[in-house]
Amino acid sequence: MATSISINNISKKYDDTPALNSISFDINQGELFGLIGPDGAGKTSLFRILTTLLLADGGQASVAGLDVVKQYREIRNIVGYMPGKFSLYQDLSVQENLDFFANVFHTSMEENYDLIRDIYVQIEPFKNRRAGKLSGGMKQKLALCCALIHRPQVLFLDEPTTGVDPVSRKEFWEMLKRLKKENITILVSTPYMDEATLCDRIALIQSGKILSIATPDEITGKYPQKLFAVRSENNYQLLKQLRNDPQVSSAYIFGEYLHVTFKNDVPVIEAEEISPTVEDCFIQLMEMS
Amino acid sequence: MKRFSSFIKKEFLHIFRDIRTMMMLLAMPVILLILFGFAIRTEIMNTPFAVLDESKSASSRQIIERMSGSRYFDLQKNPDNFNEIEKSFRKGEIKLAVIIPEDFSDDLYRTGTGNIQLSADASDPNEASIVTSYVQQILMRHQQSLMKEDKIPYTIRTEVKMLYNPQLVSAYNFVPGIMGLVLMLICAMVTSISIVREKEQGTMEILLVSPVKPVFIVLSKAIPYLLIAFLDVVLILLISNNILHVPIAGNIFLILFLSTLFILSALSLGMLISSVTKTQQAAMLMSGAGLMLPTILLSGLIFPVENMPVLLQLISNIIPAKWFITAIKDVMIKGLGFFSIWQELSILLGMTFFLLVVSIKQFKNRL
Repeated sequence: MATSISINNISKKYDDTPALNSISFDINQGELFGLIGPDGAGKTSLFRILTTLLLADGGQASVAGLDVVKQYREIRNIVGYMPGKFSLYQDLSVQENLDFFANVFHTSMEENYDLIRDIYVQIEPFKNRRAGKLSGGMKQKLALCCALIHRPQVLFLDEPTTGVDPVSRKEFWEMLKRLKKENITILVSTPYMDEATLCDRIALIQSGKILSIATPDEITGKYPQKLFAVRSENNYQLLKQLRNDPQVSSAYIFGEYLHVTFKNDVPVIEAEEISPTVEDCFIQLMEMS
Repeated sequence: MKRFSSFIKKEFLHIFRDIRTMMMLLAMPVILLILFGFAIRTEIMNTPFAVLDESKSASSRQIIERMSGSRYFDLQKNPDNFNEIEKSFRKGEIKLAVIIPEDFSDDLYRTGTGNIQLSADASDPNEASIVTSYVQQILMRHQQSLMKEDKIPYTIRTEVKMLYNPQLVSAYNFVPGIMGLVLMLICAMVTSISIVREKEQGTMEILLVSPVKPVFIVLSKAIPYLLIAFLDVVLILLISNNILHVPIAGNIFLILFLSTLFILSALSLGMLISSVTKTQQAAMLMSGAGLMLPTILLSGLIFPVENMPVLLQLISNIIPAKWFITAIKDVMIKGLGFFSIWQELSILLGMTFFLLVVSIKQFKNRL
């Protein structure tokens, strides 16, 4: 499979604070690749370096075979970018925004209509509404339309689902899956671990370092211990007790359950063994490093 | 071309949909123009003046000495005829001319009444009337000293002639000033804010990751403001002429050309500000404190530049508005032509070119 995005020892510092620490990985052509990590992990910095908006302090990177520093003009022609913050003209209507960005890329909505049709039909009823007056989910759909209007080869989506309701998030990911069929490489970042399983491959990133890169299944498969979900009337009390227990290796609140691992295989009488989620893996990797 | 027009269309939509911007661009110039009817009077020192002494008598020399010795006046020339005085006025070398007729001394000592003619450049009416009243005070003191010597009352009558602005309409003076202020405000302040807004909202980030060159983004933002600023110039001229009854003495095309040049220099300043600031507030502060204040204070709009400390006078030279206001006064009120303002024009042209080059160099292709 051809490499679409290649990242080689990329480092970036803001003053003295390191944001990216010698990161390297490759993304294949047509892959839906997730960059998973909490706020401040360095996701946006990496996006800006790849979209030629920022210069890295060290290392090389290329997008579609083009160097992000030397061939930044060519890259800007072939990528679609959706920044983390909603960045369209709030005082322009949906249609005006689309027309404007179509003109920016020397194209028209009709030309690539097949690509954006599925998304556009959802916002079409509001096409004369100002972008600033749309709901969060609608805004993201419009932003995705604008980023796709010129049929980019590579799509960069920086936290596209942050601040969006669960239903719209689900719809959004379904759209991304459809786009994958068009052979568009998609790099998407998210702080939501549950979205990670929807990607082909994911990179877990924390404090500017990559913790692990693999398919979601591989990552959860590598979970080294047996994981148990336990619940009581008073989870907080239970958590305190578990953490004081020398037999317990880790315990943390996970929704309405506590996820617990044990140092030795303790015979558990009544607790459900579960398969780890990406979030469990993330926590485990984070504590290891 | 289609891309360019869509940029311009987008910019106009921004303007028309924001009521505050609209007010600032279109209503404010009119309001300022009408409010500024009350100009501020100030003491004026070192007025350059010329004396045409046809009397060549002891008493005429005494008067000239009294004037030259005063801190309010600065003797520049002793011309031989009226034509020279006229020329000096046009060149702006003098603000006042004192003409002492041949029979002044004879009249004064024989009939007790002498006549002196004062001509003042009244394109700044406040200055002209203040300056002539200073002369009258000096002459009054001279009369009193004569009386002490001879115990005979003498009277020196002055005949005051206001050049260029015989009715002393003060609108004549502030209209060019308002033009300078408004154009600076619209072009530098509003343009820089509108460019920085794109940075703040994050839209610049998207536009940068597109085939559009950053210079192109910024230039296309400047064009709508150029058009609106030009509209404001026409609006100000129409209101001044029809409501405030300020005659437009010079060539209207020269006035429009001069204004366009000034608009361009202010736009370049706005672009420069937008490239060094990151937030709208910073841009507003920078253009407000860095441009508006000096424009109001140092351009001669309210306070005559001649009256300022030398250091401030020197600083005022780097303010484009100063040159614009000087030139537009010459053309609009004195009716002078291209060759009288070529100096101001070339300075403005040089400034515009310099600012444009610097601001284009400042553009960043990245964040």
